[in-house]
Amino acid sequence: MASKPRIKLDKKEAKKGDLVEVKALVSHVMETGQRKDAAGNTVPRKILNKFTCTVAGKQVFAADFETAVSANPYIQFKFKAQESGTVVLTWTDDDGSTIVGEETITVS
Amino acid sequence: MTTTFNRRQTLALGAGAISLAMFGAVPALAKNDAEEAIKKFTGGKTPVQGKVKLDLPEIAENGNTVPMTVTVESPMTEQSHVTDVMIVADENPRSAVATFHFSPASGVAEANTRIRLAATQDVIAVAKMNDGSFFIASKQVKVTIGGCGG
Repeated sequence: MASKPRIKLDKKEAKKGDLVEVKALVSHVMETGQRKDAAGNTVPRKILNKFTCTVAGKQVFAADFETAVSANPYIQFKFKAQESGTVVLTWTDDDGSTIVGEETITVS
Repeated sequence: MTTTFNRRQTLALGAGAISLAMFGAVPALAKNDAEEAIKKFTGGKTPVQGKVKLDLPEIAENGNTVPMTVTVESPMTEQSHVTDVMIVADENPRSAVATFHFSPASGVAEANTRIRLAATQDVIAVAKMNDGSFFIASKQVKVTIGGCGG
């Protein structure tokens, strides 16, 4: 998975206690395992099943995705600005590989 | 013992059957394991209506990607916050859609993603609070072209 996730924070600089909104989009087929190909064989399941977001090493949000999450999963959530640091978004694939995206936030 | 019904009894019986059918329809008659999934999530507790807000379009033209926002009313402090929100769809091949995990660091219990809906159905959100209480909300979405499979 070489594709780079697209991440957008609604503000790069925040005051302590502010809510920061994160929008992220990642390319992935999110194959449900229920579809059949032209030959009638079931296409094996392959989805991103886990998503986590940490800010300065602390988890602020996480999600478990199931097959009912659309292809190229989009996720939007907020977190409370506490300290400056790196915002790390991690998606975990069924095969164990991960897609990682980073942004920085400055908290004053 | 043979029982014969006269006209009045038959009518009364019919009315009873109808009211029974209506009562039966109140907890949505799910085709998949949505109800069990909720039970498992709540540990058998009955979730209370309220606090949870599900934002979905009333009519989804394309079931492959339906925008969904879930918001839970909560101060999100150490004393009182939302820990998990589970989303299920009761007529998808599999009921589970996603589970969101929050903490006081989230600041607000709100998440948005895009989901697949196979047919017109209810989408249900169940929120778990840190004090062990559960809240529920549901919203029906009419789907013109189903997602999942194809």
